[in-house]
Amino acid sequence: MTHPAGHAATLEPGGAPSGPERRLTIAEAIREAIAEEMERDDRVFLIGEDVGIPGGFGGAFGVYLGLPERFGRDRIIDTPISEKAIAGAAVGAALMGMRPIPDVQYADFLFECMDELVNQAAKMRYMSGGKLSVPLVMRCPVGTSNRGAQHGQCPESFFTHVPGLKVVCPSDAYHAKGILKSAVRDDDPVLVFEHKLLYGSKGREQAGGLDLTAHVPEEEYLFPIGQAVVKRSGTSVTVVATHLTLYRCLAAAEELSAEGIECEVIDPVSLLPMDTETIFASVDKTSRLLIAHEDTLTGGWGAELAARTAEERLFSLAAPIRRVAAHDVPLPVAPVLEQAVVPSTERIKSEIRSLCEL
Amino acid sequence: MTRPIDVGGLSGEKALRLYRGLVRIRRFEDRVYQLFLRGELPGTLHQYQGQEAVAVGTCDALRPDDWITSTHRPHGHALAKGVSMRGAMAELYGKATGCCGGKGGSMHLGDPDAGMVPAIAIVAGGNSVVTGLGLAFKLRSTGQVATCFFGEGATNEGAFHEGLNFAAVQKLPIVFVCENNMYGASTPFHLTSLVTDVADRAAAYGVPAQVVDGMDVVAVRAAVETARARAAAGDGPTLIEAKTYRFAGHSRGDARGYRSRDEEKEWKERDPIDRFGLALTTAGTADEAALAALVAEVTSELDDAVEFARNSPDPDAAEALTDAYATPITIGALR
Repeated sequence: MTHPAGHAATLEPGGAPSGPERRLTIAEAIREAIAEEMERDDRVFLIGEDVGIPGGFGGAFGVYLGLPERFGRDRIIDTPISEKAIAGAAVGAALMGMRPIPDVQYADFLFECMDELVNQAAKMRYMSGGKLSVPLVMRCPVGTSNRGAQHGQCPESFFTHVPGLKVVCPSDAYHAKGILKSAVRDDDPVLVFEHKLLYGSKGREQAGGLDLTAHVPEEEYLFPIGQAVVKRSGTSVTVVATHLTLYRCLAAAEELSAEGIECEVIDPVSLLPMDTETIFASVDKTSRLLIAHEDTLTGGWGAELAARTAEERLFSLAAPIRRVAAHDVPLPVAPVLEQAVVPSTERIKSEIRSLCEL
Repeated sequence: MTRPIDVGGLSGEKALRLYRGLVRIRRFEDRVYQLFLRGELPGTLHQYQGQEAVAVGTCDALRPDDWITSTHRPHGHALAKGVSMRGAMAELYGKATGCCGGKGGSMHLGDPDAGMVPAIAIVAGGNSVVTGLGLAFKLRSTGQVATCFFGEGATNEGAFHEGLNFAAVQKLPIVFVCENNMYGASTPFHLTSLVTDVADRAAAYGVPAQVVDGMDVVAVRAAVETARARAAAGDGPTLIEAKTYRFAGHSRGDARGYRSRDEEKEWKERDPIDRFGLALTTAGTADEAALAALVAEVTSELDDAVEFARNSPDPDAAEALTDAYATPITIGALR
């Protein structure tokens, strides 16, 4: 079953179709997606640090627990701490028709293998005149979690600047599972950015104690790359956000509702390609756009979306486009400093309020 | 290093095949240089004259379905691995009939049909990617082997070390062939490494290594044949360091002011084609007439390739926007 395409606005909050409740965390949903794809296609394999070691971690965030026992360590390949080798091996194997799922533990470590991703994975198909493909799925955990400047970045925008790559940012279990399965079946290299504070069930304290489980149906489904999801309908302002910031926007929207401001909150899910059709349709309705992300402001994906909206929908807008993003500094560790950098619910609320007064 | 080439045990057929391979690359490169000077080719060139024995000796020891990765200096590797001369020449011309449709050019020559990944022009770029080729062959038990060509300059890049170590611990079916031509662009290797032989670096990763005379096609072939058998048997990678010399400059317009004419003369006395031809005629494996006939055949093939490339159409400009993605970006996509 594929997700009903093009009717995202009719979905329940969370974007999942209704049905018997089966609530999973994002980590569980991703694990299920990988297991299903490995079962379906023996070309799929996992490769990374600490992914299959018996008694180990099951990957940095426990996503792979149980998979080595089920699929064998030939297909759950532990590597040296060697990101260039991980990414290079994934690119090469993909060129030979395999479907690797490399993992670098923290998206910050992608900078260790930028050549493999940007010069090799993204360009091989083009340089070969379309004769080769690089069907790999790189899993990249992002997000602040009091780990500081080198373990908390949200570098997804870098990769939206690279033709040949696809970039997705699922924020809930239903879409994480569906889009990961689509990514594995996609013939292009896909980078999947997942927020560290959204993996668990309880909603870590830093995530504001959110209930992060979502309904994930038993039956198989795919969610397409390049489709946005309307998480909350509204007529006052369109709010586009990902990851933890998406949940803060949803919380802000609930609070602002009492003030008569009805936000339409959209999860783009995919950043490249981005479903601007859904976003523009919303802007046509609300005449206002606020973009929020935990990535830093300058050159972030919000800048690209703002530019596109200005190009395509200037005359739909009743007010300037607003962006709420992390301030342009490295990430500090002290909780009070960290929260001063990334978009808080209060900051989002205040920006939306002032935008709606214009 | 300058001992005579040992052609004992080489059949006449194999000897002529190797000789032909060497001549094809030399003549191709010499012609390409002229065409470039006449302004017929866009971009830049990194030429392979002098190093022919490495490409030919290596690829002759490989199976047709084995794969190679190459470098910014890939013309010789491409021809040796079986990329058609027409396809290679047309690619240098930027024509639609080029082996990459005009999207690769000189530095990204390659053709999957010949088992060659588009050449990787980032120094040591192939050294990490090749591990994936080997990993795929190992996981699928195909019996294929991947070969990575790289220069001595690449061995100061992280990818060289990460790729070699990963290939070693995974016992991947890979042959690493280092073409040590002594210079990274203008900089001599001894200014960038206290290790004289790249082969010594393999010991750090538990990988067997061998230094061979890279101006001796028979010696290169023998070393790669052994390494390939070892790789295919599941015993892991081998590093072969071929000591060689590029007769041309690093790229177009390099006046080679950083090396002496005496040094160049010394290496040209070891010319891999002259030496091999002399060895064959001396041993009676082939006679002068046979070698001359072969050169004439190569010249015809080359004339044909140039004519083919000249007469081929340019790519349709609209082709520039195809092939970035296998699955085109369509769903409400950024335009």
